[in-house]
Parts: sequence; C-alpha cells; structure tokens
Amino acid sequence: ALAPPGLQPPAPLRQALLPLPVYLLVAFGCYSLATVGYRLATFNDCEEAAAELQEHIRAARADLRRRGLRLGAQ
Amino acid sequence: MAGSERLSVLLPTYNERDNLPLVVWLLVRTFTDSGIDFEIIIIDDGSPDGTQEVAQQLEKIYGSDKIVISLGISVFQLFLFPSGTAYIHGMKYATGNFIVIMDADLSHHVSCILFFLITPIVYRKQKEGNFDIVSGTRYKGNGGVYGWDLKRKLISRGANFLTQVLLRPGASDLTGSFRLYRKEVLQKLMEQCVSKGYVFQMEMIVRARQLGFTIGEVPISFVDRVYGESKLGGNEIVSFLKGLLTLFATT
Repeated sequence: ALAPPGLQPPAPLRQALLPLPVYLLVAFGCYSLATVGYRLATFNDCEEAAAELQEHIRAARADLRRRGLRLGAQ
Repeated sequence: MAGSERLSVLLPTYNERDNLPLVVWLLVRTFTDSGIDFEIIIIDDGSPDGTQEVAQQLEKIYGSDKIVISLGISVFQLFLFPSGTAYIHGMKYATGNFIVIMDADLSHHVSCILFFLITPIVYRKQKEGNFDIVSGTRYKGNGGVYGWDLKRKLISRGANFLTQVLLRPGASDLTGSFRLYRKEVLQKLMEQCVSKGYVFQMEMIVRARQLGFTIGEVPISFVDRVYGESKLGGNEIVSFLKGLLTLFATT
C-alpha cells in the first residue's frame, strides 16, 4: 500500500529475480572449485629438474672448490 | 641472440651464502657453453651470513667483468621479498640489453633461461617473435614445481585463479619472478610499479600489458629450497590479497 505505483516490478517477477544473485554466486563457486581442483590435480611435479639440480650442485661444489672458493659447511 | 647482445642477470640476495656460488656457477656454465655474452649483478641487502664475502670471492674467480657486486645496507628489505628498489639499484650497473631476474636460492632452473631466449611462445596464439618480456610459468606446458605439498599447491593455484579472474592478465603465472625483460622495458616499468613482494611481480605484468608490451611465456621448473628456509605464511597471504585488490581497483 505504501509502494509507489508503477515503480516496482510485478510480484512474480520479483520473486524469480530475487534468488538470481545467489544462484550466480553458487554457480561461480562451483566453477571456481572445479577449475582450481582440476589445476591442482594437473600441477606438474618436476622430478627430473630436481634430480638434475642435485647433480649440478655436486659438480658445482667440486669445481668451485678447485677454483679456490671456500664453501661453508653443508 | 645476435652477437652484439648481452644478458645481465640481476640476483637479489639475502642470506644466500650457500646458494649464491652454486647459482653463479650454473649461470656461468650455461652461458659460456652457449656462447652468450653475460654479466651477473649481485644485489645484496646487507646479509649477516657472509653472502657478500662469498660474492667477492666469486668476483675474484670469474672476473669483475662478469660479476658485479652491488652492496646495500638493509635498504631493500629483501628478507621480506625482492622489491623494485633492489632491481632499480641493480639496473644502474647493468650493461646488457636484456635483463633476467630470478631467485638466487636455486629454486629457478638456470637452463630455462636458454629457452627464454630461443623459444618463447604466447600460449593462446602460438606466435613466436621478439617479445618485450618473457615470463617463466609454472602453470603451463611442462612447467611445474618440486617439493610442494598439496596444501602449498592449492594455495598457489587458488591465488593464481583469483588473479586471473580479477585481472585477466593474459599471462598464466603472475607471481613468478623468473623473467627476461628488454632493458628499456624494465626501466619503463620500474618507474611505474610501486608494490612489494608477490604483488610487485604481478603489477609488472599488468602495467606491461597496459603499456602495450608483448609478453611471451616459457614453462619453467620451480624446485623448492634445496637449502635455506621458505617464506610463505599468513602475513604473505594477507598482503597478497590486499595487493591484488589494490591492483584490481586501480587498473
């Protein structure tokens, strides 16, 4: 009775529109979870790079010692 | 790279006494084997563990043509994260026309730098060319990480997802710090970027896109901390989120 006439959409339309933001949020939430979950599952583990690095470190320490570098205790 | 081109590697360091000689050795070997003209600029932030002394030894071994030491007295706050001031300071010494920024703690795989020079591609368009920036990405191709547990990976992917949604940057790895820049491009960006830490790296890419620079990507391996401690805590996450929202609001 206090609502200005003609300024508010008809009641059924309002009822349909009201939950829309929530639906969109939920949909976006599901999309986010799915995307992040997929990317998490397909996150590469660089085993080769790690193994290669260990080899490089050994070679580096040996060579640097030869060249006169005083290395810390490790 | 053509014969007249030189690569300057900027290495900000804080307490990297053990890793620094190894990184330098790897860089020297990689570039020497490939015939690339280079220099390494070590920007130390007043490390109390003897990093500067190690840097000076390396300079004696490899020559001051190849190793340039720029010493600070805790002005860069690198014990938080390498920030723009460290790079600005280091760039003053750079004589190369390409600049590589990377971490000095062996997390970045040195041999990937060769790929920055030779085979960067833009994943969406499969186009090769002379890029202004080449960004190493952990999230595409055969890029990846080693030594991260599920929780750490989840945080990483989650943060990156948020960044992609909010900033639509056109690059897959925004918080990475393993990149190649043309010198004049880096200088231009430095003038504009003000954030710190992770957000600084993000801001660089976002501003670069705004200024119309071309960005190529190369998959890289990130091997977590062979020596030393890692730095991801609640504080970092909060400041990352604050910085992300700031970037979102201002770009």
